[in-house]
Amino acid sequence: MMIRLSAKDNAALSAMTHEEPLIAKITVNPNLPNGLRSQSVLIIHEPAAIPDGFGLVLLAFDGEIANAPVNTVRLSNDIRYLKENDVIKFYPAGCKINVLYRKEANVNTFLLTERCNSFCIMCSQPPRDIDDSYLVDDILEALPLIHPETPEIGFSGGETTLIGNDSFTRLIQAAKNHLPNTSLHILSNGRNFNNLDLAIKVSRVQHQDLMIGIPLYADYSQLHDFIVQADGAFDETIRGILNLKRCQVPVEIRVVIHQENYHRLPRLAEFITRNLLFVDHVALMGLEMIGFAKSNQQALWIDPYDYRHELQDAVETMAKAGMKVSIYNTPFCVVPEAIRCHAVKSISDWKNDYLDECSKCSAKQQCGGFFSWNLSKPSLHIQPL
Amino acid sequence: MSPLGKRFKLVDDFNQAENHDYHLLPSRFAGLDDGRYLLSNEVGEYLVVDRSQLESYVKKAVDQDSDFYHDLKSKHFLFDDDSNVAIDLLALKYRTKALRTSQFTSLHLFVVTLRCDYTCQYCQVSRQTDDKHAFDMSEETARKALALVFRSPSPAIKIEFQGGEPLLNFNLIQYVVSEAKKLNETHKRDLQFVITSNLSFLDDTVLAFCQEHGIHLSTSLDGNEALHNSNRPRPGKNSYEITVKGIKNAQRFLGRDKIGALMTTTEKSLSQVRSIIDTYLEHNLDCIFLRPLSPYGFAVKNHQTQKYDIDRWFEFYKEGLDYILEINRQGHHFVEVYTQIILTKLLSPFNTGYVDLQSPSGAAIAAIVYNYDGDVYASDEARMLAEMGDRKFRLGSVHTDSYEDIWLSDVLLDTLESSLSESAPMCHDCGFLPYCGTDPVYHYATQQDVVGHKAFSGFCAKNMKIFKHVIKLLEDPDTKKILTNWVR
Repeated sequence: MMIRLSAKDNAALSAMTHEEPLIAKITVNPNLPNGLRSQSVLIIHEPAAIPDGFGLVLLAFDGEIANAPVNTVRLSNDIRYLKENDVIKFYPAGCKINVLYRKEANVNTFLLTERCNSFCIMCSQPPRDIDDSYLVDDILEALPLIHPETPEIGFSGGETTLIGNDSFTRLIQAAKNHLPNTSLHILSNGRNFNNLDLAIKVSRVQHQDLMIGIPLYADYSQLHDFIVQADGAFDETIRGILNLKRCQVPVEIRVVIHQENYHRLPRLAEFITRNLLFVDHVALMGLEMIGFAKSNQQALWIDPYDYRHELQDAVETMAKAGMKVSIYNTPFCVVPEAIRCHAVKSISDWKNDYLDECSKCSAKQQCGGFFSWNLSKPSLHIQPL
Repeated sequence: MSPLGKRFKLVDDFNQAENHDYHLLPSRFAGLDDGRYLLSNEVGEYLVVDRSQLESYVKKAVDQDSDFYHDLKSKHFLFDDDSNVAIDLLALKYRTKALRTSQFTSLHLFVVTLRCDYTCQYCQVSRQTDDKHAFDMSEETARKALALVFRSPSPAIKIEFQGGEPLLNFNLIQYVVSEAKKLNETHKRDLQFVITSNLSFLDDTVLAFCQEHGIHLSTSLDGNEALHNSNRPRPGKNSYEITVKGIKNAQRFLGRDKIGALMTTTEKSLSQVRSIIDTYLEHNLDCIFLRPLSPYGFAVKNHQTQKYDIDRWFEFYKEGLDYILEINRQGHHFVEVYTQIILTKLLSPFNTGYVDLQSPSGAAIAAIVYNYDGDVYASDEARMLAEMGDRKFRLGSVHTDSYEDIWLSDVLLDTLESSLSESAPMCHDCGFLPYCGTDPVYHYATQQDVVGHKAFSGFCAKNMKIFKHVIKLLEDPDTKKILTNWVR
């Protein structure tokens, strides 16, 4: 079921002493030592006496409450799921809350910027040319609050490197310092790694478990450049991948499959095994029907069933060459049986859903299901196994 | 197809190639069959094209919107003003293909004795039958050879014990293994040992020794009992029985991956390739190397090599490969090794360590031979030639020459210089060049010339036939699935 990560319809029940937004960790313990309270957010699920001193108190119920201390907010229904160790950003002005981190999530992704130097025809998060440099400071503030046992976090965009080389490396360094046991997955179009200096800077951080996911949509320049709507992008991305691997930074190639490129998929797989065999992972990804993918749906949508032969060919070419290959965002039942072992649950839990008929399927546990927004346009060949 | 939203440009807007012009990248072609050609680039990527496609490619007339154009561009046969990253990638791939040359000598053969209990007619190494200890390698010779072995910069060192029958000088094998391991404590290479043996003397002591040091065994198995015993006679006429018993013991004691077998083709073999392969299956071997007889040693003296020509051998190979593919179709993984080497060259960015298919030749810079008396030869074949009286490829001796003397000797440098296919007549413009190599010792032995006239070269004839055959086999999708599984 879709989980909302942001809510505006929270209600202040008392005066707010905060002037600036607050980034803090949630606790369910009303008896937290006094010294820790001002930097913590207490969440209460049923009427009770509210202790003093917390930076913020969130009420996750509808009943009346007497003597609410300052900084008490009634939570929107949408985010009452918040739990111990989650991290939020609270905006006192509009009483808005953004959920930055959920301990329960399969992966927590931080948006570094909405700006981008590409304009992909199927972008799920269309870029905005705005000044959102505050995001970097937010993440630097949030990282120390994240639970140290978190298995993986992600950095996403926009184009993540557009925050600048120094900010980019500082964020990776902070992730390493505060979360020494957590893997870090960064999405980038790779074009800025065309500059070897940035690749060197990233490698010098020596993050313990870093992977940079870089899209490559075609085996020749014109088609890739068209898909990302940027001339020269293919060459920059390839040189970026070469530079990163030259510096021994792990790289994942990500291929989103749609009407414009599915027919070259086997060729792209050959191209990768001949030229980029040293990348660490290849993800072949189904289309996420939101953003430009949705507005360009007529031009881009192809039923995964209709490209199953190309998919199988590509997976087998790369797997036989010894590469690690995964199929993302594609329901189990439309992946050819011979390559199902490559299909993984790739969709973040907050936007992951299943169709009604999936409840009858014996493979539901292994199946990655659907993006919530893909439910209205599923493959015509979905069938319970 | 429905168009994209108005904010997006069309695919044609992203073609920056001016006037639809393109530049050719280094490539070669060769006739494949009627009207079709193999087009290959410098790093072994290839396309099978027809005459009109080949002409339009060369004349720069390929339609830029065609899949053929995109294939040519993707496989780096051309580049245009839309993209020049092809140059970077080609450079990277060329370095990858040439990596082994830069790593230098990895295979070091120690001929620990020329004595042998067998009397094979085709023997390529001119064995000494009786108890002549004069043909044994001494500890002093071995020690001096080992000092040279570790001068090689190669990160991987393989020491292969050859003969004669090397187990007849087992004491020396033990000495070499122990000394090499001691030396390797400081050199820290990936060190491996192989004993090439007929397994007559494979007793528990030898097996335990192999176990302790992770030593691989390589033996000869020519086919069924009658064929094997006829090809490989020994007193007692029981060589087959001894060999298969040895294989079984080694498999049980050391593990199946620790013992491999090689076969040699004789005239008698030609009609029974299926039976030979069945013998390999019966003895749980998972690959076979269908080898033609090389023109050295007793094989030449006895005119063994002239008894069948390349065409006949190729039919033998083709029938064998067909049968092996059939075995694979039944779900049993079984590999023909020569085909595997060629497939690796065709379908992967890597080259193989196979000495005979390298340019420059692998002589001395991939593999080198230390003979029982300390003489150093450029290859196993060079030693065979010397035993026949022609010491052309003797590079020096461990007793009198330094590492520099040997590896910078005129005979070696001259041989290597003339062994570059890229500059050899009839090779430099051949479409199969990326998969082939040069064999200067073979051409010297057969034509008294290290380059050789390729029109009369059995080496060229054999390899051309195999390349064409394998490339055509790859055109069938189901066969291709099997063959890609063989690539290493």
